[in-house]
Amino acid sequence: MSAQESTLELPTARNAGRNPALQAGLRALRRGGAIIVFFLLWEIAPRLGLVEAAFLPPISQVLATGWKLLLNGQLPQHFAASLARSAAGFALAIVTAIPLGLAIGRYRLFAQAVNPLLEMFRNTAALALLPVFILFLGIGETSKVAIVFYGCFWPILLNTITAVVTVDPLLIKSARTMGLSPVRLFRKVILPASVPTIFVGVRLAGAVSVLILIAAEMVGAKSGLGYLIIYSQYNFQVPEMFLGIVCITLVGLLINALLVALEHRLTAWKRNGGEA
Amino acid sequence: MPQAGTLDIQRLHKHYTVNGATLNVLENIELSIRPGEFIAIVGASGCGKSTLLRLIIGLDTEYDGDIFLDGRRIRDTGLDRGIVFQEHRLFPWLTVRKNIETGLLNNTRFSEEEKEASVRAHIELVGLEAFESAYPHQLSGGMAQRVAIARALVNRPEVLLLDEPFGALDAFTRHFLQDELLRISAEEGITMALVTHDIEEAIYLADRVVVMQPRPGRIKRIVDIDLPRPRPRNSDTFARYKDDLLQDFSAGAHAEEIIESNSGQPA
Repeated sequence: MSAQESTLELPTARNAGRNPALQAGLRALRRGGAIIVFFLLWEIAPRLGLVEAAFLPPISQVLATGWKLLLNGQLPQHFAASLARSAAGFALAIVTAIPLGLAIGRYRLFAQAVNPLLEMFRNTAALALLPVFILFLGIGETSKVAIVFYGCFWPILLNTITAVVTVDPLLIKSARTMGLSPVRLFRKVILPASVPTIFVGVRLAGAVSVLILIAAEMVGAKSGLGYLIIYSQYNFQVPEMFLGIVCITLVGLLINALLVALEHRLTAWKRNGGEA
Repeated sequence: MPQAGTLDIQRLHKHYTVNGATLNVLENIELSIRPGEFIAIVGASGCGKSTLLRLIIGLDTEYDGDIFLDGRRIRDTGLDRGIVFQEHRLFPWLTVRKNIETGLLNNTRFSEEEKEASVRAHIELVGLEAFESAYPHQLSGGMAQRVAIARALVNRPEVLLLDEPFGALDAFTRHFLQDELLRISAEEGITMALVTHDIEEAIYLADRVVVMQPRPGRIKRIVDIDLPRPRPRNSDTFARYKDDLLQDFSAGAHAEEIIESNSGQPA
């Protein structure tokens, strides 16, 4: 990505010439301009009285609150609690759903047989099941990790099955003409050919993990960003509430960035470059 | 090359059953191919020429009659036969070299050194030394097809089957690769069976041209191409062969070029 961009930028940078700092600034502006405008509006609108500052405090005030909670340790604690839950449920879903999906996908008939059931589970909104989870697992960590796991499990499983079932039959035939045994065929052809589609499911699950966790924390928790948001709202600590929301966005961005980086590595062959 | 590479097809019948109806795809095919011979199989769509290759390569083993390679009946795919399809079918996540190495995964005859040597030799054979660590999407169609040829040859098979290998390429690349194929044929000395619907290609390359007819797929006749190589495409004798073979086509071509109803086998 970055290598590609730098080669793309090269001619324009040379044409516009003499001032690399200005160039870098312009580039940053082009990529981050919309975000900067958004934050500027957020800052200015309450100050000018366009919106009620008690309901929407300026971003600077939210950040100041964040700094305060960072220093007294509350923010790191909520942040860590959320991150740990979401990571645990998400990781658990990855290590179970991918192998299971590969196994199901290999047996096409079985995959066809169980697919309606899986679709049903997938479409049962995980949050609708939250009371069931709390009933069985209590309001502790277990139920929250479990509901994240449940929410992440289905998109990964279904995409993995699809990935295996839809591997280009021409590639499989071609591998068979080379006399590959079923096990080799699976390892050398089906598995690598499935990676991109599996990753669609994994990234979907990454977004799901944050979404479900926050909702779960709003319902029953004593820590975490979801708890911070709902608790602050009850107590009319509006800057704290917005801080919680901003932090969740950060968690989402962080997870997505990690997944994109991983995907980049696993599908390096799609882009340029020599030996991986 | 002494005996290896003799392909004997006897009383071969192949049918599909589509919605209860029997569709004869191949009827009574008799064909004997000598070691090192270059055979081209031509015919209108639906004449079963690609199906014939599928049977020889061993992807489909449900047929009546016999196919022998060096006296052994073909029961499955095997490393004694290599095939190149119209699409290169390279693995997009592997480099050129790794793609060619995949062909050797099931090879127990070669030592590690022999495998290494064979990979190197075949990369050189198709002239892709400079591209061995490129990925398929970085190659042109002609280059990708050359990699496919190298991959099919890396086990040093006795027979190379080619299923319209240059059908998707532009004329310039096609002519170039036809010459490459002749050179490879001469260097490797193996038996070649090429399916094509390009009559000129068949005459340019083959020792014998097998003309097939559709519905049911059968051999109409076999034409010996008695021309020294290289064969100038614009010579009178070349043109006579072409006229002769084209007559086989024009007779029924219009009627037979209707969509191939052959049970949806996407060659």
